[in-house]
Amino acid sequence: MAEQITFIIGSILALGAGFIVVTNRNLFHGALALMISFLGVAAIYLSLDAGFLAAAQLLIYIGAISILIIFAIMLTRRMMQTTEDPFNSQFLLALAASVTVFAILFSAIVYVWPLTASNSVPLAAKTAVADAVLQDTVVNLGSAFVGADGYVIPFELASILLLAAMVGAIIVAWPKPEDVA
Amino acid sequence: MNIAELFPKLLDLTVFDYLRSVWGNAPWVEVVLDIIAILTVSTFALLLVFLLGWTERKVLARMQDRIGPNRVGGRFGQLQMVADVVKMMTKEMIIPAGADRIAYFAAPILSLMTSLLLFAVLPFAPGLIGVDLNVGVFYVLSISSVSVVALLLAGWGSNNKYALLGAFRSVAQLVSYEVPMILSILVPILLARSMSTVGLVEAQPIPFFFYAPLSAVIFFVASLAETGRSPFDLLEAESEIIAGFHTEYTGMVFGLFMAAEYIGIIFMSALFVTAYWSGYRLFGLENVVLNGLQLGRILGFLVIAGKTAVVFFLFMWIRATLPRFRIDQLLNFGWKFLVPLSIVLIFVVVILDKVLVEVGLVGGSNEVVRMGIHLVSNLLIGWATIEILRRRAKTARQDYEAEAAARDAARVTAPAHAD
Amino acid sequence: MIPLSWYLIVAALLFSMGLYGVFARRNAVAILMSVELMLNAVNINLVAFWRYLAPDQVTGMAWAIFVLTVAAAEAAVGLALIISVYRNRDSVVAEELDLLKN
Repeated sequence: MAEQITFIIGSILALGAGFIVVTNRNLFHGALALMISFLGVAAIYLSLDAGFLAAAQLLIYIGAISILIIFAIMLTRRMMQTTEDPFNSQFLLALAASVTVFAILFSAIVYVWPLTASNSVPLAAKTAVADAVLQDTVVNLGSAFVGADGYVIPFELASILLLAAMVGAIIVAWPKPEDVA
Repeated sequence: MNIAELFPKLLDLTVFDYLRSVWGNAPWVEVVLDIIAILTVSTFALLLVFLLGWTERKVLARMQDRIGPNRVGGRFGQLQMVADVVKMMTKEMIIPAGADRIAYFAAPILSLMTSLLLFAVLPFAPGLIGVDLNVGVFYVLSISSVSVVALLLAGWGSNNKYALLGAFRSVAQLVSYEVPMILSILVPILLARSMSTVGLVEAQPIPFFFYAPLSAVIFFVASLAETGRSPFDLLEAESEIIAGFHTEYTGMVFGLFMAAEYIGIIFMSALFVTAYWSGYRLFGLENVVLNGLQLGRILGFLVIAGKTAVVFFLFMWIRATLPRFRIDQLLNFGWKFLVPLSIVLIFVVVILDKVLVEVGLVGGSNEVVRMGIHLVSNLLIGWATIEILRRRAKTARQDYEAEAAARDAARVTAPAHAD
Repeated sequence: MIPLSWYLIVAALLFSMGLYGVFARRNAVAILMSVELMLNAVNINLVAFWRYLAPDQVTGMAWAIFVLTVAAAEAAVGLALIISVYRNRDSVVAEELDLLKN
């Protein structure tokens, strides 16, 4: 019961706010809606028993990425005060493309996993698993990230990627010497 | 039900079971019970604001050789906060022209909400906790990183350049000091092998402060900065940017920010106590059972309350004593001193503790040895840090003196160029 | 009980909306926000498949965390680029950034 409620609230938040993100004229409100959308996705994670990932979502997406985006909006804020159309000339084409993508995805999903919750449907319910296993997920995740038979190389690569991204971002955004004076 | 029956049930933590037995198994019962629990914890946190707000004004006044509140409700002004709240409630709420209304009103609500959410994972006494998440500390960190958003909303929504400047400053400060805070609280997590707050407390027959005093100090400093207290109160800095992000807030909307700030401070003190001073534990006092009454619960609660009060007193003392940092000093101190030091501490703790596990010096009576080794390593690192700092300061001073001497010499030898 | 398909459909909807934003928005920051929506949709899929298919393994969670990492890196570099472009060209409208075209 609680799981369904969490899922419904999370989906409404994620999709409704996501709709505002792509259609809103005011970029700052768009960024706020983006945060709400991230919150909704975190709620969806909670309904999937992934509490750790929900907390990570809050920490990284809302606490870091959204704030970066808001900072960027504020630093480029003259763009916000335009009253012109937020969409470019190909928006009808874009609409058609995204509707097509959704139609393809939807039909594929429904073809493989029907919407009803009857027993004949594959994966109609979550795989039954002991609570202890779910509780241990974080521990297992930790050992998988540093274990030789786990994800140690992707993990180290991710850290290098983050370092490179940080250095790159600093260099790209560094003001040119003549601008500083 | 009568009170005499209810009291032992309260101490046994079977009140909810009792209510379930009274109300039956309807689906709404769990929802109602959850709401009761949430309201209890939130109300408790909000009532603390009354108490501590008054205490802080009184203590600060005494430290500054003043009397402090002394009119409302008796000669110690005990009801001063009630009067303050009534004042805030009755004040007109002024919305600045051109304000972004959504952001303007979302900010104080979000601020208070994040502060209250933190209390969900705070263990008040054995077994008395909102939810014992297995990622409790991580939850705290993620929620407190969300609270940064509230400052940005307030700064942007107010349509005031001082508010915006204050918000930018605050975000720079909070994001910077989140890093040493996360790094330093990793040390007790590593020592306890658990991210749950209850796990942290249970792993501390000896408080972790004695294992890792350095990281405790770093955590304390970082939590001062995270809550925006002096000497890190650049968030408000009345003399520079009026009042920072909440310049444009009046009445109860401002009151929400104040309440959020106090709740944040209380929580940070309590988290410091939980992570480094063994929370509600004090020589087994928390497990006392008298005539079948779980008296230890009350004692444990009093213990954590007392410890938190001591830490809160430290917060007040520092506020009354230290001047404010400059923003560049603050960021340099965070990034160039606290972060490297806490990274070194993590490495040392990880390696040392792994070695100790391999040798078998962990747990039981060996715990004292483990503590001693960690303590010695910490003291060595502290000594090395001070030594390095001393040398740096010496060279910096020499450079400065040489420069000054050169300047003086130039002034003496070349007076002709003056005009 | 929620069938897996519901999660997948929510993710697909979020992904399509993000796609529309990427195609149709003019402001580069808005495009970046839409990309974040698409990454979130992918993550919902990963976590849903993890929970429904193999909750005793960590594969899905691990990949979701890698996606988080990449998203953080992408946002940092992307926003730095946008700020740099804004400084040089005084515009963050994607269509006006046509130096290479002429």
